[in-house]
Amino acid sequence: MLKRLSLAAVLASVSCLAACGSSTGPAATATPGEGGSLTVFAAASLTGTFTELGRRFESAHAGTKVTFNFGSSATLAQQITQGAPADVFAAASPATMKTVTDAGPTASAPAVFARNTLQIAVPAGNPAKVESLKDLTDPKVKVALCAEQVPCGAAAVKALDAAGLKVTPVTLEQDVKATLTKVELGEVDAALVYRTDVIASAGKVTGIDFPEAAQAVNDYPIAALGTAPASDLAKGFVDLVLSRRGRDVLTKAGFQAP
Amino acid sequence: MPWALLVPALAGLAFLVLPLAGLLVRAPWPALPQRLAEPRVIEALRLSLVTATVATVICLLLGVPLAWLLARTDLPGRRLLRALVTVPLVLPPVVGGVALLLVLGRRGLAGRWLYDAFGVSLPFTTTGVVLAEAFVAMPFLVIAVEGALRAADQRYEEAAATLGASRWTVFRRVTLPMIAPGVMAGAVLCWARALGEFGATITFAGNFPGRTQTMPLAVYLALETDPDAAIVLSLVLLAVSVIVLAALRDRWVGSA
Amino acid sequence: MSLRAHLVVERPAFRLDAELDVPDGEVVALLGPNGAGKTTALRGLAGLTPLSGGRIVLDGAEVHHLPPEHRRIGVVFQDYLLFPHLTALDNVAFGPRCQGVGRAAARRIAAGLLERVGLADFAGVRPGRLSGGQAQRVALARALAVRPRLLLLDEPLAALDAHTRLEIRSELRRHLAGFDGATILVTHDPLDAMVLADRLVVVENGAVVQTGAPAEIARRPRTDYVARLVGLNLYRGEADGTHVTVGDVRLSSAERLKGPAFVAFPPSAVALYRTRPDGSPRNLWKAVIDGIERHGDNVRVHLDGPIPLAADVTPSAAADLDLVPGQEVWAAVKATETHAYPA
Repeated sequence: MLKRLSLAAVLASVSCLAACGSSTGPAATATPGEGGSLTVFAAASLTGTFTELGRRFESAHAGTKVTFNFGSSATLAQQITQGAPADVFAAASPATMKTVTDAGPTASAPAVFARNTLQIAVPAGNPAKVESLKDLTDPKVKVALCAEQVPCGAAAVKALDAAGLKVTPVTLEQDVKATLTKVELGEVDAALVYRTDVIASAGKVTGIDFPEAAQAVNDYPIAALGTAPASDLAKGFVDLVLSRRGRDVLTKAGFQAP
Repeated sequence: MPWALLVPALAGLAFLVLPLAGLLVRAPWPALPQRLAEPRVIEALRLSLVTATVATVICLLLGVPLAWLLARTDLPGRRLLRALVTVPLVLPPVVGGVALLLVLGRRGLAGRWLYDAFGVSLPFTTTGVVLAEAFVAMPFLVIAVEGALRAADQRYEEAAATLGASRWTVFRRVTLPMIAPGVMAGAVLCWARALGEFGATITFAGNFPGRTQTMPLAVYLALETDPDAAIVLSLVLLAVSVIVLAALRDRWVGSA
Repeated sequence: MSLRAHLVVERPAFRLDAELDVPDGEVVALLGPNGAGKTTALRGLAGLTPLSGGRIVLDGAEVHHLPPEHRRIGVVFQDYLLFPHLTALDNVAFGPRCQGVGRAAARRIAAGLLERVGLADFAGVRPGRLSGGQAQRVALARALAVRPRLLLLDEPLAALDAHTRLEIRSELRRHLAGFDGATILVTHDPLDAMVLADRLVVVENGAVVQTGAPAEIARRPRTDYVARLVGLNLYRGEADGTHVTVGDVRLSSAERLKGPAFVAFPPSAVALYRTRPDGSPRNLWKAVIDGIERHGDNVRVHLDGPIPLAADVTPSAAADLDLVPGQEVWAAVKATETHAYPA
């Protein structure tokens, strides 16, 4: 029995490794002109906007099927370098895009298509009466930040450094959605998250702008990948994202134009 | 030896062992000593061991009586109760974490009262880590102990009763010693599960080094930027659990 | 310390309804075939099986509403059920400890009892390393350690091999004689019952069918089961003077009786002949051999005829008679060994 026990322990300890490396999309097998399929790997913060853009792309290219894999940019970048069949990669930071470009050539040069800035998110009613970034330094205010390893966390550190403030958070969350959840449930009094996430929360949290956010703007680069057999379709999708129409969808969701 | 059993058995073994071999092969061996000495690794390991052990103790204190209730009483709705007890087994741990937040969080059903009356807030604390681990790991203990109780010969308890032992004395001096191997196996399973707990912990207790960042959380975050570090952390967790389980096996479980 | 009990336990397809009165110092054996309700009666007395009705009075106080731990009834279980994780000494000290005796005092009591059953040297040994006979004596010491008002023993010798059994049986007899309370033991072995008990209570199908001193029961069985146990041919008939009519057969007996009567005689009282013997025409009839088997030093012949019959003959006689199943023989029963008593 204990042989099984120790294996169970081992499996448990590596389970997150397994969970992080298993999602794949269908391989792109497209013949331009008569439709095909396109696999887009995109940062989790793009879930809403890219789903809509994908629908538009499908109606403009009859017979084409766009499949998305949304996740943490760092995870996605690793999946791509390990050979995951992605035709397009849209990252939440230049650093994660660099992971992919370092590993091999892309079909189109990475282009910044959107910018995201941080906001202070507070629960409905703002129980701790947070008004500025400085209020987060109050030890009585419970603050959640993203972990430094993920883009929203890096941006938060940059903004706080720029302001010369030191905040001791109660938690460093693994991604921006988890951070936002803690605010929604009222378990923390404030968090630094993207403006787009505040808008997506549909009123469950309130966003507060702060001037230091300008020091920590997050660039979102996009590139069609060299490995893509459907690189024409991929380039078409990148063009749509960079187009005026694409920009409208993104700004409506709270992104800023580059 | 029948091939029909041997072939799938070997395939199953390979399936379980190969990922471990992958970890070992890809581990950055030369940098290992230096990485192991990093304070955040030691901090996370210490926190993991302490919380998993405390969670196991809590599971023993609550889970053994619960198993007794399920195995030895004619409680109405006992089947439903047993099903409920196993819920954390099938519940995605992240959902378990959210559920804990909804009940024990600062604005949760019970947590609100705790916070208003005592100023106690459980999320983002080491206590929160222990609670999350205990929540996820307790079913393992309860199921193991209940099985041991069902397998135990109840006539010994009758014999104790005729000697004048109250039900509590019977449980303490006869039942418990007789099911000790089952309890130990359950505790080991429980501890191993608590040690590897990730989803409920990060959701309920958050992630802060030294306070709530256990090894699995450290592994997950390291994976975002530094897969080598993640492998090192995983190896540490692996080695510690194998050592502890092997030691327990020799000391307590005998040949079971 | 006497017991007066009326035990009623109802289960689907089974009903136990038995009265048991046991005065102080008496050892009563509950004897009966498997499934007769002996163990159920024992469990009912100990409080391990709830009674559907009746009452249990110990020393004039009702105890049937008490849980087992408050009855102070010592039980020696069939497999002894010594706690495997405790030493022999701690097994025996368990009861006194539960009664609130301090650890040291309880151990002193236990040591004394182990000494009494001759196991002082085994105090520190765990049950797994005791022989069957030793375990049985520890179990007896453990049951006696609570100074029980009533001692119950469930098949106390059944788990022992034949050789140990002989030895332990007489020893148990001695220990039971030393106990001044009432004792009930359950057994399906007539020899155990005869040796150990002052009085037998025969239980069949949940009811008491006969009770009496072992010699009395052995001489005057009242059911086929008891007759088989004590090895007698038993018939029920109508007595008139020194004759008892059983079906078509008239049996002469030593006693004079009138009315319904049992008549019993041992198989050794039956003589077999190939041809009708001369002289003594009483208790003689024709029978057919149904089966033959060895029985101790003799041959037991089962006969079919006007009444079924078992006869014991010596092997040489069996050879002379050339007995084979299906063969017709004459059977004669000695009137002097035929015993009649009222039904």
